[in-house]
Amino acid sequence: MSMETTISPKQEKRNYKKMRKSELWKRIKKNKLIYLMILPGLLYFFIYKYLPMYGLIISFQEYKPYLGISGSEWVGLEHFKRLFASPDFWMIFKNTLILFGLQIFVYFPIPIILSLMLNEVRHSFFKKGVQTLVYIPHFMSWVVIVSISYVMLTLDGGIVNAIIESLGFEKINFLLNEDWFRPMYILQVIWREAGWGTIIFLAAITAVDPQLYEAARMDGAGRFRQMWHITLPAIRNVIIVLLILKIGDVLELGFEHVYLLLNSSNRNVAEIFDTYVYVAGLQQGQFSYSTAVGFFKGAVGLIMVVFANWLAKKFNEEGIY
Amino acid sequence: MAKKKRITMGSRMFDFFNYFLLALIALITVLPFIHVVGSSFATSAEVANTKFLLFPTKFTLDAYEYIFSTDTIFKGLGVSVIVTLGGTLWSMFFSTLTAYGLARKDLVGRRVINFLIVFTLLFNGGMIPTFLVVQQTGLLNSLWALIIPVTINAFNMIILRSFFVNIPESLEESAKIDGANDFSILFRIVLPISLPAIATISLFYAVTYWNTYMHAILYLSDAGKWPIQVLLRQIVVLASGLTYDGAAYTDVPPPETTIKMATIVVATVPILLVYPFLQKYFAKGALLGSVKG
Repeated sequence: MSMETTISPKQEKRNYKKMRKSELWKRIKKNKLIYLMILPGLLYFFIYKYLPMYGLIISFQEYKPYLGISGSEWVGLEHFKRLFASPDFWMIFKNTLILFGLQIFVYFPIPIILSLMLNEVRHSFFKKGVQTLVYIPHFMSWVVIVSISYVMLTLDGGIVNAIIESLGFEKINFLLNEDWFRPMYILQVIWREAGWGTIIFLAAITAVDPQLYEAARMDGAGRFRQMWHITLPAIRNVIIVLLILKIGDVLELGFEHVYLLLNSSNRNVAEIFDTYVYVAGLQQGQFSYSTAVGFFKGAVGLIMVVFANWLAKKFNEEGIY
Repeated sequence: MAKKKRITMGSRMFDFFNYFLLALIALITVLPFIHVVGSSFATSAEVANTKFLLFPTKFTLDAYEYIFSTDTIFKGLGVSVIVTLGGTLWSMFFSTLTAYGLARKDLVGRRVINFLIVFTLLFNGGMIPTFLVVQQTGLLNSLWALIIPVTINAFNMIILRSFFVNIPESLEESAKIDGANDFSILFRIVLPISLPAIATISLFYAVTYWNTYMHAILYLSDAGKWPIQVLLRQIVVLASGLTYDGAAYTDVPPPETTIKMATIVVATVPILLVYPFLQKYFAKGALLGSVKG
């Protein structure tokens, strides 16, 4: 009793702080092995993810490899000005935007539709069989996907042109024709990823209470209406999260994929930021300029994902963070 | 009763079309690959004369004999196998350690670290600054350049972490009372019950490593160290002069179709073989792939 009265509130607070501090120490010390465990991982992220972010400052320099970041001359926004003034900029911007649009409006709904269809399958052997087959292309590299397309579409001996010819039409030079680049790009994306993309939606669908379908059937709802009113709303959150991530990937259209399809005849429609960075940076040695291009692309991507997330929250959905 | 029957009729129609469409989609998905495999075992003459070849009438290994007649493809396959096995082990080791550590709820600083890792998914330094770091860490032209710069995939790590978070703490606590330290808890108790997740993520890593192309062309200038994907690209597309900076190859006659087909098969089949073995784990593990983590 007497103790209580002698300690002023101020002192109490100080003691409490002290206690918390030592408690914190205790908690850190208790987990010292855990810190040891995550140390290599943290080092990895520091060196190969955060140091390159620091390296972005070369986009404000005239970076010379032998001078390093500390010795290179500062040029301010020079490289960004050059990018925006370049006639290539609008071409790349447009190409990137169109491929992005294809990803969002053409590709994105397909795995959703496919998983709704798979969900309606009652025979599990059939469902598993279809799933196993449509997952396969995901395991193939872009090189393989593009190579298979190549051997099928090529003018000399590709089966697609052989079929077109046998039907009495002119052969089409799919690989060099500007008009065919975009359809080819998105078809390859669909072929490789649509099946795999169903996994996450199917997982979300398993959480739907079967009694809901029962009740809907009692009310006379057909299969389409059950899909529309029960299955789709149940996976709405997952759809939105994935859409946000996709938008965040706005400019990540797959360097590898596009680079593999790119050639001098389709450059006007196929050159995107990543391929431009690669050619300007590593093939022509313009480190600073290409870093500026990459920086611009990355910044737009970040803004887009933050915006998409904000939008989702505004509509009362869960965002991704 | 009557009503029920009517619904069944509509339902049946629905099922018919649904099954039919799905079967068609599955078929279209694999047909190109069957065509490639079939052609790779056919004679050149048959490939040239058949419109849509799926199964060769005359089976031959000529194309395979040809591509394995020199060291090039063997070497490329060897590089890919080494990078895939080594890289998967390497990545799993560090991803598991990091994921387990960050799954501990009492870890001070956990939220900050998690945020910093998720942030790398939203923003990164891009190709050139990353190249410069790879260069400065001395990895250029070494096979380590295909592994170390991609040690941990943040997505994979998050999936693993969300799996570990769901393991009941009582399991770990009872082990701790018995005097086990965090490492032995992880390796003796947590890992054995996490096999589905471990198998799934290993498969993801293995596929990425097997399919690596971009990092090879960015970081390896020595053709002797190129993995199979880069060689495939050379054989199928570059040889025909159809590239960005194409002209260099046009004086070499393009290889025959069957040879291209066989190279595609060789570059694909090894990783597809892994898939059925892991599939039983995989169905369970993939459900964890919730993006949110």
